[in-house]
Amino acid sequence: MEILVPILTAAVRSGTPILYATLGEIVTEKGGILNLGLEGIMLLGAYAGFAVSYSTGNPWLGVAGAFCVGMILGLVHSFICVTLKGNQVVSGLAMTMFGTGASSILGRDYVGVTIEGLHRFPIPLLSDIPVVGPAFFRHDALIYCSYGLVVFLCWFFTSTRQGLYLRATGDNPRAADAMGISVARTRYFYTMIGAGIVAVGGAHMSVAYTKMWAEHMTAGRGWIAVALVIFAIWHPARAAFGAYLFGGVEAFQLRLQAAGTTIPAPILMMLPYLMTIAVLLFISIRKGKGIIFGAPAALGLPFFREERD
Amino acid sequence: MRRFGWLLVLVLGFTMCGAAYAAFPPIPAEEINPGFVYIGPIGDGGWTFMHEKGRLEMEEKYPGVKSVFVESIPESHDAARVFETMIRNGSKVIFGTTFGYMDFILEVANKYPDVIFMHCSGYKDAPNMGTYFGRMYQARYLSGLVAGKMTKNNKIGFVGAHPIPEVIRGINSFTRGVRRANPDAEVQVIWIFSWLDPAKEKEAAKALIDSGVDVLAMHADTGATPQAAEEAGVYVVGYNNDMSAYAPTKHLTAPIWDWGMVYKETIGQVIDGTWAPKHIWYGLKEGMVGLAPYGKDVPDSVKELVEEEKARIVSGEWDVFYGPVKDQSGEVRVPEGSAMTDAEMLSMNWFVEGVKGELPQ
Repeated sequence: MEILVPILTAAVRSGTPILYATLGEIVTEKGGILNLGLEGIMLLGAYAGFAVSYSTGNPWLGVAGAFCVGMILGLVHSFICVTLKGNQVVSGLAMTMFGTGASSILGRDYVGVTIEGLHRFPIPLLSDIPVVGPAFFRHDALIYCSYGLVVFLCWFFTSTRQGLYLRATGDNPRAADAMGISVARTRYFYTMIGAGIVAVGGAHMSVAYTKMWAEHMTAGRGWIAVALVIFAIWHPARAAFGAYLFGGVEAFQLRLQAAGTTIPAPILMMLPYLMTIAVLLFISIRKGKGIIFGAPAALGLPFFREERD
Repeated sequence: MRRFGWLLVLVLGFTMCGAAYAAFPPIPAEEINPGFVYIGPIGDGGWTFMHEKGRLEMEEKYPGVKSVFVESIPESHDAARVFETMIRNGSKVIFGTTFGYMDFILEVANKYPDVIFMHCSGYKDAPNMGTYFGRMYQARYLSGLVAGKMTKNNKIGFVGAHPIPEVIRGINSFTRGVRRANPDAEVQVIWIFSWLDPAKEKEAAKALIDSGVDVLAMHADTGATPQAAEEAGVYVVGYNNDMSAYAPTKHLTAPIWDWGMVYKETIGQVIDGTWAPKHIWYGLKEGMVGLAPYGKDVPDSVKELVEEEKARIVSGEWDVFYGPVKDQSGEVRVPEGSAMTDAEMLSMNWFVEGVKGELPQ
């Protein structure tokens, strides 16, 4: 138990940026748009969150700023993918390169600068529960928001009309169109919201987690999130599990090193990736055998309204 | 990988530097237009930031010299292109500040024999190409003395980037300092396998703090370790430059670079016509490495100890890896009365006594 609590705490702490990015990408992909620009959007989100927090002194404005920056990037991506019907993979990769470069140029003045950032805020009563309390309820408020977002999305996808429209757009845009849903508008909207959530993940790193800006500070977490969407089979709750698993494995291997054990760290670090491959294999093997997976059927395909099948 | 280079230095480097080259004819200050090519942005707060500081110091000393710089140039053929552009624009001296530029500098140096090239941290040279680097391990040793004196429970943590000789040498010299000040203290190392990942650096620092260390040290690119130390209330030794902004009350000191002295010296020699290619590896004596200002909690007795040890190194009476040096298992690697050679230091792949942690094989 003594070792478990710090590992769980660290898992939640370091899993949260990945969780936000994964949730954002799930929202985007549910509508049928693939956005591989997570790394770049997270970086610009981290930059915007830091810059706004620094200049206004209010970390929440920073988070809001990051969300707006994410929305703008989502708008660009949907313009290319929905209106111009361009290649979604290429647009996403371009978004990553753009975000990486732009954030390092813009962020130059913020290197070595410190901010107050979001403080830890233990929730009364809940934080006193053994194990669960310290692991989940002694963090900053942005982490609590992510719990809310997971629950909200689970409910939204399955139990609301808007959620159904979103899934219809991603699974069968032609049917959605026949239902009177505007495929283009739906895809625009959720791609922007999704990218906004991804950017908040970046902002969590710069505003709450490390309270600093450094070039390339997301260090590949955007790509981990892309893999986690598949690992989670497009389900928000499994995304949370996957994100905390990633965070937990890292926290665990660092603590193993601190304890002076000799298990080679790289082997442990491989674990979540191996599991992602295993899940992919599983999906591929069981596909079309009556099991419903969350993968949107029309993911990555542009929708031509006037075209016949 | 800019720092990765030192691991290769050993074999070739010091076998090649035997060749003596003739001095260059003097170049008037107004015609030198030295060009600086940086691997990172000047605002990285670490490596490139310190080089840029050195360039500005050089300009201050030689107001007639107008230098130019280009930042964020990758270790690829782009670098060669940048060197040639600078030369066409009138640069007579080029400084390349990362190991990975080595072959591109050599290539361009052969093409332009009347231009002087200075390469940071490499081992290849030419009649118009020299190298420069610093004995950072000496400053690390001094910072280890401070850490060893400031620990109360004799447990010190070290966040290391990659298990390569440069970092290992840093950990070893730091630990030699710690043990000199406090023979009972031990240094626990965590590898993060990344130069720049602030979240991971912070998580590693937290893991060390959870395991009970009360002083932290680090070899990575950001101030995340000092930040974690400040939040948890443990002391910290930074690196590269003064990191006290991240740990205003807990920052003890930091081993830091001073590139300005090499830049000033080189330009001075070029003007005087005494420049010839050399392999510069300056230390505390020349002032190329040193310590950042002490934190307020460092007592005078510790500062005195640092000064005494520094004097021993500067006078040449003793150096960090003079024998006896034992490794982790207690085996004597360097017997009393002898010292490690530069080549041995540059290829170091074992931990000295007092380090806890494994070297990945």
